[in-house]
Amino acid sequence: MSDRTNLSFREEKGNRKGIFAWILSTDHKRIGILYLYSIVAFFLTGVVLGILMKLELLAPGKTVMDPATYNAIFTLHGVIMIFLVVVPGLPAVFGNFLLPIMIGAKDVAFPKINLLSWWIYVFGAIIALSSLFMAGGPPDTGWTFYAPYAFKTNTNMLPAVLGAFILGFSSILTGINFIVTIHRMRAPGMTWFKMPLFPWTLYGTGWIQILATPIVGITLLMIVGERVLNIGFFDPALGGDPILYQHLFWIYSHPAVYIMILPAMGAISEIIPTFANKSIFGYKAIVLSTLAIAFVGYFVWGHHMFTSGMSGTALYTFSLLTFIVAIPSAIKVFNWVSTLHKASIQLEAPFFWAASFLFVFMIGGLSGIALGALTTNIHLHDTAFVVAHFHFIVFGGVGFAFMGAIHYWFPKIWGRMYNARLATTGWMIFFIGFCTLYLPMFFLGFSGMPRRYYDYVEEFHGPNVVSTIGSWVLALGLIIILYNLIRSATKGEVATKNPWGGRTLEWTVDSPPSLENFDEIPVVTRSPYDYRKNIDE
Amino acid sequence: MNESTNNASNFVSQVDSAFVFIFGISIFFLLGITAFLVYYIIRYRKSKNPVAEHIEGNNTLEIVWTVIPTILVLAMFYYGWSGWRYQKEVPDDAIPIKTIARMWSFTFQYENGMITDTLFVPKDKAVKLDLVALDVLHSLYIPAFRVKQDMVPGKEALIWFESGREGEYDVYCAEYCGLLHSYMKSIVKVIPALQYEEMFKIDSSAIAVNNIEVDKRTAGAAVTRKYGCNACHTADGTKLVGPSYKNIMGRTRTVIRDKEEIEVVADEDYIRRSIYEPNYEIVKGYEKGLMLSYKDQVTEEEFQLLLDYFKYLSE
Repeated sequence: MSDRTNLSFREEKGNRKGIFAWILSTDHKRIGILYLYSIVAFFLTGVVLGILMKLELLAPGKTVMDPATYNAIFTLHGVIMIFLVVVPGLPAVFGNFLLPIMIGAKDVAFPKINLLSWWIYVFGAIIALSSLFMAGGPPDTGWTFYAPYAFKTNTNMLPAVLGAFILGFSSILTGINFIVTIHRMRAPGMTWFKMPLFPWTLYGTGWIQILATPIVGITLLMIVGERVLNIGFFDPALGGDPILYQHLFWIYSHPAVYIMILPAMGAISEIIPTFANKSIFGYKAIVLSTLAIAFVGYFVWGHHMFTSGMSGTALYTFSLLTFIVAIPSAIKVFNWVSTLHKASIQLEAPFFWAASFLFVFMIGGLSGIALGALTTNIHLHDTAFVVAHFHFIVFGGVGFAFMGAIHYWFPKIWGRMYNARLATTGWMIFFIGFCTLYLPMFFLGFSGMPRRYYDYVEEFHGPNVVSTIGSWVLALGLIIILYNLIRSATKGEVATKNPWGGRTLEWTVDSPPSLENFDEIPVVTRSPYDYRKNIDE
Repeated sequence: MNESTNNASNFVSQVDSAFVFIFGISIFFLLGITAFLVYYIIRYRKSKNPVAEHIEGNNTLEIVWTVIPTILVLAMFYYGWSGWRYQKEVPDDAIPIKTIARMWSFTFQYENGMITDTLFVPKDKAVKLDLVALDVLHSLYIPAFRVKQDMVPGKEALIWFESGREGEYDVYCAEYCGLLHSYMKSIVKVIPALQYEEMFKIDSSAIAVNNIEVDKRTAGAAVTRKYGCNACHTADGTKLVGPSYKNIMGRTRTVIRDKEEIEVVADEDYIRRSIYEPNYEIVKGYEKGLMLSYKDQVTEEEFQLLLDYFKYLSE
């Protein structure tokens, strides 16, 4: 068993048996894996729903389902992907597994709260999806639950809203836990600017989770009050204001995009220097831009509402702030690319994911500029262009980073290697499928095809066919990736402590790590990305 | 961009040039950075360059690539903002047309009271649409004109445009509004100003909507088009969100009234209730709350036309 000295956290026998040794474990690594399995299960559900939507859009008119089913499917796709997959996403899986190890701690600050947050997540997910099995069927409101339609529909939108409310608590608890862990439990010598970038992004994300999530909680409670008690907050028929709802919804849901993307940027900031064998370019610039994004990201929510009829002052203020928030993201991209200058690049699957992340993230970000400018937004708002834009950010950005992260830390988590060639093949097919799926939607949106459309006129047929074919290619890539990873988790070659030559602390511990991660807490003396010296020196 | 929409409205050239400006800068950066990325990957791959150089950063570069994007985004912001300001300056002499949206139809009411389901606008004249939503959020979207505005129940909103090109353009609802959202659409017909004025001289009643003589008994069909009834009801027996008009008169129907199932005969009173108090009773198998009352909209004269039409369809 190579260089292993202790029992791994998987083999360690606690005082519980079987599945209870996992679902009642307070070990941050086991909780990370619990999140991983839950999130992957929901992700695959969301993917199947997405493929069904694309299948329906293969041709005008009815293809495989009626409009009621289609509307329910795009709502569920959004609810599952946003609330159950990408928002918890990287922090819950890789944050839990790696944050304590990367900062040289034995666990997070509050291990029991950590387990509680997973249980709340599962409970919220069950509530949210219970509508599937109730008379009336799942909600058909879109994941945004816009008033007043959300109050008129006869479908079960309340369970989804309550589920999202409960999931919010899971998110808040994780945020608090990570912030306290980072403040209090860094290894001796690890000053703030000696901390790796992934923990830095978890720190930024933690603050957004704590400060923004309560707003969506309050909003969702107001919906419950309105639907159950007929209090008129948002429904004009009761004297409420639908625009108020949109503000409250986006005050949370826009920062939520940064909850998703910051840890994704963190993972990319880990992968690139490791595979470039070179210090990351502009460490401090990346840290500061992370904090800038977390801060300015609070004040741009209005750009979801440029056509809603807000005042002119609000419109140009939000538009200006939206442009400002683009700058720190651009700075990050420049720094990542510059890291490769005079590097020595290992061409492995995690690096391919990171490099393609840069490409799709740029497309996502640059298309956001056309949406942030007022006059072009008026034309493009609520069209397929927007759908393409946010899939490039959320699926392209967060999804590609997640894939990169799982290929990067796979040897650490499972203690085994995957088939490198198959991993690269899977990535390439997935990448081609992704671009084929979403690029035509930019064109459709510019030509005027509104989003959330069950049916469309003949003019939009061609690009939709290309897009649907892309969804099949993407699915094929995903199957190859999953096959490779699942098979390798038990049958792969045994991994060493540091298969990629990383310099951060997780590569100094066993693969998989022992229960308490470190035999003795390390003392940190050097910056996290110093590739001049070997890690053991 | 597209020849067929060129000059379709006074906003097209400005919106498209802003788009081209932003798109051009975006493509420049996308291709430029990707080129660097690919070049570095090839040039500095491990087999070619086994030892990396230690570089921690460069403050001059950080400043350069903070300042340049800042200037560019401010320019793009300004470009977007100035185009938008023009879209908000409604000329005083713009012709008002009241636009009513409901699930799932648009109707247009002109200054003289005439109502159509197709939007007729005169060429080379400013038109402003006063937007009213009756039930849920809708959004009036004319892609060829580059205009869009959400329609919020209880709130007033308006958009204006001036079309310089005769033709027919699609009108869509861009804000998701429930089951038949993707079928909520209409057409805007840009016609010469003279012809536009002629339109109001002939007759303001529903029969004149399409300027053709119609059989008196099927005149009600024009009324159904005028109020957008056909988004949810058909004349051929097909079941949509609401029941069909075909074979309705005199037949016994099972309806739900106060949660109880009862049988009623579809007579004149029943049709009247169905239009003016649509949620009083619901035909079994359909959903409550989807239809709003047409009280104060469908006139007595139009109601009689509808009745004749339904009788005709039930023969």
